[in-house]
Amino acid sequence: MAYQDVTNESKPVRYLLIAATFGVLALFLFLPLAAVFIEALRKGWEIFFASLRDEAALSAVKLTLLAAAVSVPLNTLFGVAAAWLVTKFRFKGRAFLMSLIDLPFAVSPVIAGLVWVLLFSSHGWFGDFLQRHDIKIIFALPGIIIATVFITFPFVARELIPLMESQGADQEEAAVTLGASGWSIFWRVTLPNIKWGLLYGVLLCNARAMGEFGAVSVVSGHIRGETNTLPLHIEVLYNEYQFSAAFACATLLALLAILTLGIKSLIEHFSGQSSHGH
Amino acid sequence: MSKRRVIPGFGLSLGFSLVYLSLIILIPLSALFLKAAGLGWREWWNLLTSERVFAAAKLTFGASACAAATSTVLGLLVTWVLVRYRFTGRRLLDAMIDLPFALPTAVAGITLTAIYAPNGWLGEPLAKMGIKAAYNSIGVYIALTFIGFPFVVRTLQPVLEDFTKDTEEAAATLGAGRWVTFWRVIFPMMVPALITGFTLAFARAIGEYGSVIFISGNLPMKTEILPLLIVSQLEQYNVPAAAVIASAMLIVSFTLLFLINLLQRWLDWHKK
Amino acid sequence: MKYHTTTKSTLRYLSIAGIAVSLWLGLSACKSKSTSTGSANGVTLLNVSYDPTREFYVDVNAAFAKQWKEKSGQDIEIKQSHGGSGKQARSVIDGLEADVVTLALAGDIDSVAKSGLIPADWATKLPQNSSPYTSTIVFVVRKGNPKAVKDWGDLVNEGVQVITPNPKTSGGARWNYLAAWAWAEKQFAGDQAKVKEYIGKLLKNVPVLDSGARAATTTFAQREIGDVFLSWENEAYLIEKEFPGKTEIVYPSLSILAEPPVAVVEANTAKHGTQEVAKAYLEFLYTEEAQKLADKHFYRPRNAAVASKLPAIEPVTVDQHFGGWPTAQKTHFDDGGSFDQLYGVK
Repeated sequence: MAYQDVTNESKPVRYLLIAATFGVLALFLFLPLAAVFIEALRKGWEIFFASLRDEAALSAVKLTLLAAAVSVPLNTLFGVAAAWLVTKFRFKGRAFLMSLIDLPFAVSPVIAGLVWVLLFSSHGWFGDFLQRHDIKIIFALPGIIIATVFITFPFVARELIPLMESQGADQEEAAVTLGASGWSIFWRVTLPNIKWGLLYGVLLCNARAMGEFGAVSVVSGHIRGETNTLPLHIEVLYNEYQFSAAFACATLLALLAILTLGIKSLIEHFSGQSSHGH
Repeated sequence: MSKRRVIPGFGLSLGFSLVYLSLIILIPLSALFLKAAGLGWREWWNLLTSERVFAAAKLTFGASACAAATSTVLGLLVTWVLVRYRFTGRRLLDAMIDLPFALPTAVAGITLTAIYAPNGWLGEPLAKMGIKAAYNSIGVYIALTFIGFPFVVRTLQPVLEDFTKDTEEAAATLGAGRWVTFWRVIFPMMVPALITGFTLAFARAIGEYGSVIFISGNLPMKTEILPLLIVSQLEQYNVPAAAVIASAMLIVSFTLLFLINLLQRWLDWHKK
Repeated sequence: MKYHTTTKSTLRYLSIAGIAVSLWLGLSACKSKSTSTGSANGVTLLNVSYDPTREFYVDVNAAFAKQWKEKSGQDIEIKQSHGGSGKQARSVIDGLEADVVTLALAGDIDSVAKSGLIPADWATKLPQNSSPYTSTIVFVVRKGNPKAVKDWGDLVNEGVQVITPNPKTSGGARWNYLAAWAWAEKQFAGDQAKVKEYIGKLLKNVPVLDSGARAATTTFAQREIGDVFLSWENEAYLIEKEFPGKTEIVYPSLSILAEPPVAVVEANTAKHGTQEVAKAYLEFLYTEEAQKLADKHFYRPRNAAVASKLPAIEPVTVDQHFGGWPTAQKTHFDDGGSFDQLYGVK
């Protein structure tokens, strides 16, 4: 009985390992997720909805959506261009370029905020120029957007590059010989092949953009109802001992995370491939 | 080489990528290095060897290494179960692995704090046992393990999925038990992936900020991490010091990134 | 280029539109010139303040908005930003476009003035050195005062952990530091070596230096680290309210008169066209209505007509004892000052 299948563990071991996995994941993943909702509702639904309807919370939601609405398309555009570049062509410095794309992944969010302060604060490199033209970047929306762009920079590209690499360039080359233009090759040949990967990359990019904390915190200036994104608003509430309100706002971001994971599973289901790294 | 050039769009995609990359990544990062280079070597040395920076670096790298190691062990277990066994709830678990990646760090921070604070769900029983989890270096370790976990699983998963069972069958026919097969046959084949996963989780943990600052307590010399030290230098208007610490961290991170790329190549080569 | 009316071209238009919209949003974000603008029917002010004033200014803003609406018919929205006082001053210098600053101490407004945003004689623009309310520094201890902390001398006892924010970034911490210094000078009859020894010992008992008073409050009250918290008086009462039954307030034998000042950031109001309303806002702080709110939030009102519910104290002032803020800042808190020497860690 025990060694029916030589490449499988005996039943007790199997159950033990499965139980251990459930235990680890319950402690690690389900408990925190449950805690967000339980803490948010600790003082009842009324407080919960009141915290979400609060003016500062609404403006934080708006700002978060706006920052994502700008940074995600920009990084998507870049991701597609960069993936096209490094997978369809071989050129000098290609490997170096690929490492550069990975760079922001290794940069601490705090540093991602710091660099913009160095460039754009009143005493930064471009401080005088910006002041003379009355352009505000740091402590305002543009600063929040560029910090978000920096942080979410690699996600689409990293998702597309391995995918397009594995697909090669044969189909595109065939299309060229049939006389198709570059744009129509991209839209009619490449895009349908990479659409699921692209969607996944956009999804990850979006989740990161809406949840970014460290980089945005450095450049924001923390003006209530003006430059506080949702994660920053949560921090403010938390520091004001409004724990239930903080967790109520956190549920929005937790739901976003769950939605992201849900869509991701759907994408994997449709594209018929199993999950692969980031 | 030139064969591939038949596909159009080289100039356009190259131009756009380079301009975008320069504007968003290269110029800002060089601004940082230039600012830091404004200080002499002696000041660099004095700053980086000062007690507070040293303590923060020790905590950051120490806790990151412990957390990455824990993530690797737990990740191996979870990946094994997810890939090799079929059971109810497997798809749900698989989908949930990415939660720490998708959950904003600030949310993770306040939630883990609520759980592990001295009056929290797990913090209270731990406190009774004399273990102070939150506002302590253990809290930093917990947060970093949470953050690094998905990277390990997602690195191991494709590798384990690609394993054919031939070698295991061979080992079994030679009389090796399951345990021996695992340690002598499967584990060695997974080492490159394990190291890659560890390094990814480690690199990610070093820079982590949002989830840690809530749970760590931020005591200088005790529970202060390097990114927080950068912020506090910035708040004290000690911009050059912030730039120096940031540059030093970047150099470490880039080295790790380079290492990861090498490992990835080793991994690809191993798979063939 | 060929166009095909298939679903793919819909996809194409969608993505082109998406990118165009995002570029437009990004560009218009850069052009949106200032956070605060004056216009005929609505005006916005940005009040950049320090940590423990959050709750107080929420009330003041509502009262002022009502009064301003009656007086001028204009709707006004007042935005707040809070943090360590020193850090907030840096942000304003760095380009955070505050219309008014309401900081913890004159030194921080002085440093904003040095950057040219505020005239150097700002303190003379409003009554009483431009500080409409005062406060002091008290000790917050755990319920029952288990370490028996009664006065400044008890803070250097073996095993007493003292929580105070970082004087480099926090205004309250600078008041704490000077109050301790003033007590020691009195205690040791001006013997500077003994004073420094005392302060050095005190700093050794500090396990945490948070960047602002609010972070330090969290450390003490919520994280339950430390035995004594050197706190703003008003923050101390807030702790009693938020964490009932867990703490006690101790008034030491000597404390300092903390005068948190306010000023119009004239360079910014000129840009926003908000000079008049910013001035009216700060003047409003001296009215009986606002003074009562100050009392409600445990500040000490300046207006004698508004009785304070706080116990009377005889505090020392920075002007008498330390020769004014510029001198105190230079001697104690600038790089290489007494704090750097005695704390020993950069």
